[in-house]
Amino acid sequence: MKEELTTHLGDRLAAVTEACGELTITVLPEQLLAVARQLRDQEVFAFTFLSDLTGVDCAAGALEVVYHLLSMKHRSRVRIKVRINRGTELPSVAGIWPAANWYEREAYDLLGITFAGHPDLKRILTPDGFSGHPLRKEYPLRGEK
Amino acid sequence: MAAPIAAETAGSEHLILNMGPQHPSTHGVLRVILELDGEVIVNAEPVIGHLHRGVEKLAEHMTYNQVIPLMDRLDYCSPLINNLGYVLAVEKLLGIEIPERAVALRDLLSELTRIQSHLIWLGTHALDIGAMSPLLYMFREREEILDMYEEVWGARMHLAYFRVGGVAADVPKSFLVRARKFLSGFYEKVDMYEALLTENPIWKRRTQGVGIISGDDAIALGLSGPGLRASGIDWDLRKHLPYSGYDRYEFEVPRGTRGDVYDRYLVRIAEMRQATRICVQALEGLPGGPVLAAAPRVVPPEKERVLTTIEGLIHHFKIMMEGYSVPEGEVYAAVESPRGELGFYIRSDGGPKPYRLKVRTPSFANLESLCTMAKGQMIADMVAIIGSIDIVLGEVDR
Repeated sequence: MKEELTTHLGDRLAAVTEACGELTITVLPEQLLAVARQLRDQEVFAFTFLSDLTGVDCAAGALEVVYHLLSMKHRSRVRIKVRINRGTELPSVAGIWPAANWYEREAYDLLGITFAGHPDLKRILTPDGFSGHPLRKEYPLRGEK
Repeated sequence: MAAPIAAETAGSEHLILNMGPQHPSTHGVLRVILELDGEVIVNAEPVIGHLHRGVEKLAEHMTYNQVIPLMDRLDYCSPLINNLGYVLAVEKLLGIEIPERAVALRDLLSELTRIQSHLIWLGTHALDIGAMSPLLYMFREREEILDMYEEVWGARMHLAYFRVGGVAADVPKSFLVRARKFLSGFYEKVDMYEALLTENPIWKRRTQGVGIISGDDAIALGLSGPGLRASGIDWDLRKHLPYSGYDRYEFEVPRGTRGDVYDRYLVRIAEMRQATRICVQALEGLPGGPVLAAAPRVVPPEKERVLTTIEGLIHHFKIMMEGYSVPEGEVYAAVESPRGELGFYIRSDGGPKPYRLKVRTPSFANLESLCTMAKGQMIADMVAIIGSIDIVLGEVDR
């Protein structure tokens, strides 16, 4: 799978790495949709199943969005990582994998990542009127404001 | 919490009906906003989060071992499989090998857990639809499995028995005898459940042709587990991306054809038989040897050593108080829980606590399909459809 990734997507990927037997590709935000669509539609990949989508609050004001894709046809997985700065938007992949709808809402709710083009981006796990994004590192574990 | 009711529907002929969050058949605190045209469901929007406990945030402040009991409490109907997925993810990061006996014990207990979970599902699902008596039989067998849990590790639900490096302790001999006896009689029990329901005309009329989802829709919406297989998709992580010891067992992946509530029922019934098969194989081929890996950096010493030697005591305290550092990196380990793909994504910064832990719970993703299944159905079928997805709100909301 690693070879296919570099041959078919080479110029669109910032990096392809393999660790613990798992493949990770890093893409720039502007390439995300094109890469995602190709990974889903091209026969050599057939990543039709979005297993997971989540975010990680990295140091220095950066956020990473992590996509876990599954190809039932080839019995393989791949991870996409996209790094953005806080406050910048990332295109939604809900049009490619409808499953992303709730995951993106969750990432928006808990990490404050905004997905442009999402059909209905609103909080999902925390109650209405909640403020802040609990999974950001500066958010305290306990205590009241 | 204010209800976000779509303004454009307020003046139309459609009726907005709130189902839950205290409705008994939503299996926990699930609220569904139903938009109805007469008795026909036009739209169903699940509202979740009532049980959100911030488990992922908590985990960032705990050592890797302390997280294990939190994982049980996500899907409290199949606690051990949640433990399994988590410890597999940590072990993958650490790169440690697990003794054969521990692998077999994990598989045996995981499959017993699957049976137990499917029993709760079947009992409550049948009860929702109006069949009172099956629940009593299913809880009788479930009780037997909980008793076995208790014999293994003292607790009846939240065992935290699987540890990083193996299992907490070897099982008593009496458990093996008991498990063998239970498993040999369980096929007959499944036949009896089927005698109550499979050809029951009321059951069939309530479930056949109801809540249909196509295989393509199921994949697109991230539906996994029995729901996906009932729509004809041949996909089971135990078979197709084997983990733990599943590559060595013989079993089939039951599938449906129509993707309706009835097929989801048949698939789970068949899965109970297959799980029994796996249990028997794990039990018969149970190897001897240790149940914990020889990895002193992550596995605490035996109790006797802790209580009799100063080195053992220091070693014990070091692991319990400080935890162990896990190499920097990230992993995603997924297991086939009774509900579908249960994945654990761990990002480590090299310290003793996870930098980020994300649990990909099957119920969360499966619930997203509810609207597709319910559209165009009668409101009376809603309960049957929710039951057939087999959600556990504890893992939907985390």
